[in-house]
Amino acid sequence: MNRPVFGLLLGGFLGIFDGLTAWFTPAARAGLLGIVIGSTIKGIITGVCIGYFAKKVHSLGLGIMFGLAVGMFLAFLVALMQHGYYFEIMLPGSLLGAIVGFATQRYKAEAAA
Amino acid sequence: MESLPDAVIGHMREVVTEPDFSGSPYRLIGEIGRGGMGVVYLGLDTRLGRRLALKVLRIIDADGQAAERMAEEARILASLEHPGIVPIHDLGTLPDGRIFYAMKFVEGTRLDRYAHGDPLLADRLRVFLRICETVSFAHSQGVIHRDLKPANIMVGQFGEVLVLDWGVAKVTGKAHEPSLTAGTPGYMAPEQVAGATDQLDARSDVYSLGKTLEALLVTYTGQIPKRLQAIWKKASSADRGARYATVLDLAREIERFQIGDRVLAYRETIGERVGRLATRNRTLVLLVAAYLAMRIVLFFLTKP
Repeated sequence: MNRPVFGLLLGGFLGIFDGLTAWFTPAARAGLLGIVIGSTIKGIITGVCIGYFAKKVHSLGLGIMFGLAVGMFLAFLVALMQHGYYFEIMLPGSLLGAIVGFATQRYKAEAAA
Repeated sequence: MESLPDAVIGHMREVVTEPDFSGSPYRLIGEIGRGGMGVVYLGLDTRLGRRLALKVLRIIDADGQAAERMAEEARILASLEHPGIVPIHDLGTLPDGRIFYAMKFVEGTRLDRYAHGDPLLADRLRVFLRICETVSFAHSQGVIHRDLKPANIMVGQFGEVLVLDWGVAKVTGKAHEPSLTAGTPGYMAPEQVAGATDQLDARSDVYSLGKTLEALLVTYTGQIPKRLQAIWKKASSADRGARYATVLDLAREIERFQIGDRVLAYRETIGERVGRLATRNRTLVLLVAAYLAMRIVLFFLTKP
């Protein structure tokens, strides 16, 4: 499995998980399915971008920073479409991006070992 | 009659026993050290103007066994071309019949003294891995060192690591060697102490390397991880079947320890395993913890 594919799968999985956490917010429960789908798509796009970056750049620090930036940017776009909830959407989105950034860089290192 | 002072007698003895290199391109500068079989001098190759080390047989043996042993050492050194083994330049005989060989002069610190200099654990392990590389190479060439110990390992000024004194090395597959106890007490494998030369193989050097690793690490002022202690105990097990089969296996075990993998010599508890994985993936643990903490905070902040 190459890094973009790994990023895609991990981003998608974390996107599902992140979307499901909306269940803890009663006001958002009604639109849970839409949130999960949107979060998954965002996770997949983020994962592919970060995975591609990890393929080109071999640096744990840069991988995490890039993941953070991509996660934040895509989450910002989602929040823009929602006309609000910037803090609630961008903060977890950024952190998940950083996690995917870390994982894709480490995945490369372990595959090479 | 007045007797001569001790200092004068000592000097005369030195002059008499000092090797005579006249007629050779080498000139003596001074003595570096003495071993069981030979004396090592700092010399100068007058043709090239470079310093070198000259190892000279200490005694003129009647049966020629010591001379043959030293010539064998020179041949072994010549056959082992490796950055961790001092290259030999010349082999010859002095006018008094003593055999000598010339090799590269290496400046550095003996491993036992290096270990007392308080290097980091990572640096100690790096040095140990270099020793393993060299010994493993020698094994691949059919040579067993048989006298591995900190005093026979030198750490150079630029971090290079050299395995010295191949005087009692054994070439595997050679004709039967008479039973002899060669090596240093405390570092010799039990089968070596017993003089069972037919039982000597790579595992005998693994035993000595285990003891060397222990000597290298006991001077470490920090906490020595249990996993590392288990490695040297396995390597220097009295039962040679329980040791690492090869030096390469020992080196791989050290590498596993370095990257935070599970080592074969140590059965860890679940808590230790979790702790090791968390330490190994510290950044990931921090990121996940930050995510979860943020989710909890958001949960309470957005609670109606």
